Amino acid sequence: MAVCDQQDLFTYLLRLGDSGLVLGQRLSEWVGKAPMLEEEMALANMALDLVGQSRMLLSYAALVEGKGRTEDQLAMHRDVHEFTNPLLVEQPNGDFAHSMARQYFYASFAERLFDKLQHSADTQLAGIAAKAVKEFRYHARHAGLWMVRLGDGTEESRDRMIRAIQELWPYTGELFETDELDRRMLEAGIGVDLHVLRKSWREDLDRVLGEAGLPLPADDAWMHSGGRAGRHSEHLGHLLATMQFLPRAYPDAGW
Amino acid sequence: MYTQGLDQSDTRTPGPEEEAQLVQAFQARIDAEEKIEPRDWMPDAYRRTLVRQISQHAHSEIVGMLPEGNWITRAPSLKRKAILLAKVQDEAGHGLYLYSAAETLGTSRQQMVDQLLSGKAKYSSIFNYPTLNWADIGAIGWLVDGAAIMNQIPLCRCSYGPYSRAMVRVCKEESFHQRQGYEIMTVMARGTDAQRRMAQDALERWWWPSLMMFGPSDSDSAHTAQSMRWKIKRFTNDELRQKFVDVTVPQGHFLGLEFPDPELKLDEQTGHWNFGPIDWSEFKQVLEGNGPCNAERMRARQTAHQEGAWVRQALLAHAEKHEDIR
Repeated sequence: MAVCDQQDLFTYLLRLGDSGLVLGQRLSEWVGKAPMLEEEMALANMALDLVGQSRMLLSYAALVEGKGRTEDQLAMHRDVHEFTNPLLVEQPNGDFAHSMARQYFYASFAERLFDKLQHSADTQLAGIAAKAVKEFRYHARHAGLWMVRLGDGTEESRDRMIRAIQELWPYTGELFETDELDRRMLEAGIGVDLHVLRKSWREDLDRVLGEAGLPLPADDAWMHSGGRAGRHSEHLGHLLATMQFLPRAYPDAGW
Repeated sequence: MYTQGLDQSDTRTPGPEEEAQLVQAFQARIDAEEKIEPRDWMPDAYRRTLVRQISQHAHSEIVGMLPEGNWITRAPSLKRKAILLAKVQDEAGHGLYLYSAAETLGTSRQQMVDQLLSGKAKYSSIFNYPTLNWADIGAIGWLVDGAAIMNQIPLCRCSYGPYSRAMVRVCKEESFHQRQGYEIMTVMARGTDAQRRMAQDALERWWWPSLMMFGPSDSDSAHTAQSMRWKIKRFTNDELRQKFVDVTVPQGHFLGLEFPDPELKLDEQTGHWNFGPIDWSEFKQVLEGNGPCNAERMRARQTAHQEGAWVRQALLAHAEKHEDIR
């Protein structure tokens, strides 16, 4: 394994794990509310994939950290500013168009990210990536198909999809931001050059929007940032309040 | 959207003599333990009974997702969250293939869903009770799924082929759910004082409603006798209820939990656990819509249906536009 600072690796794994956890938590809010039974199953299935990936990543992060923490201590006993997910995944579900646009934007990015991470010098991470890439490929295809159906469906569905894309687009820039940690992980042969992913991500998006007959968003639009540094939207605190309630209220209990 | 059109297969009405012969031949097949398949002749009442029973079962799976869904976002660990998500997803799957089994009898999923949403069709009353603490998720798996399995295992031998085959898979998954539920209860009962209180509280609230899941006593059951003749049903409500009590009481005692029934006592001679009288007036009230969550559950299903209407319309519109290239 390439030389790399364990603290760096910990933070890197945490970013990946937090993203899956927060998005999985969001998707699980759909249970019992989906527009049809088949989608009820698909949404729960995607949530399950994300929670599963997150468990592997956070467990590994805890191991790398070496302070005896567990996946649950990382998930349930950190506050908003300690979470490192991009702002996109914590955005509320909104309507079905919002949830599908968010899912497509993230999954299409993560599919490309984990595809590269399969070749990471860190074999544990590479193994997790090999499983995750298959799941994200399905998520991106599923959500992309819905973008096409909704964009091409009725006037109402098209309006809703246009609005969803407009509202979520400013959160996509952060996915490809590269900071010092990313550079160090790239040099160690563990991480991925996020800039390289952007081109094919954008090409696939243009293909999907083309099929859907939807307008293409501008590349130079204003982009929000800060999630990976722990500067989040107001939404994340509420998500954590719900998710962390039991272990916080009964800290001495095992479940 | 979901119509199968299977009800179009045989529209000819037989005369009274021919009908009597058909009924006789039908009952002979049932008595010989043959499976009845969708295109076979069957009495209208048999068809109606099955559609009612299978669709109620499907609706129960779908409404049953709500009390458990209530805790997915608050599951206390990531492992518990994953297990609960998988379980609720199984239930959606059960709903899906039960609706499909009922569709083979000529009623579309759309018709069945409409009946649920209008309040015409019933679902299991148990889901009209609230999930108030995390141990309720354990209690639902242990008691509610446990009771459901008692009812459902005999259905794997039901005379109607598609239903019996669907039940084989449903039962496998349900017995897994039951064990998961009991495992949650075990951890809670052996946990902190607070967890133990939650486990006891959950058992007290779910015990009697679980016993009511088997339906009214045999003497008051409207459908039992005919359903037994048709081999849709293999055991009576009271037989199954007793079997459930006999299996479950030692499991509860093993965890050191107390059942909310002062009359619960082992009959050394028969080996059965005797239990106190069931408050059927509560059962009736919940059936009539006056349970703690009836209105909420119905509203949740109606809201999901209404808010999803534009998605389903878009799906159809898109499909119609591309029919030529499919």
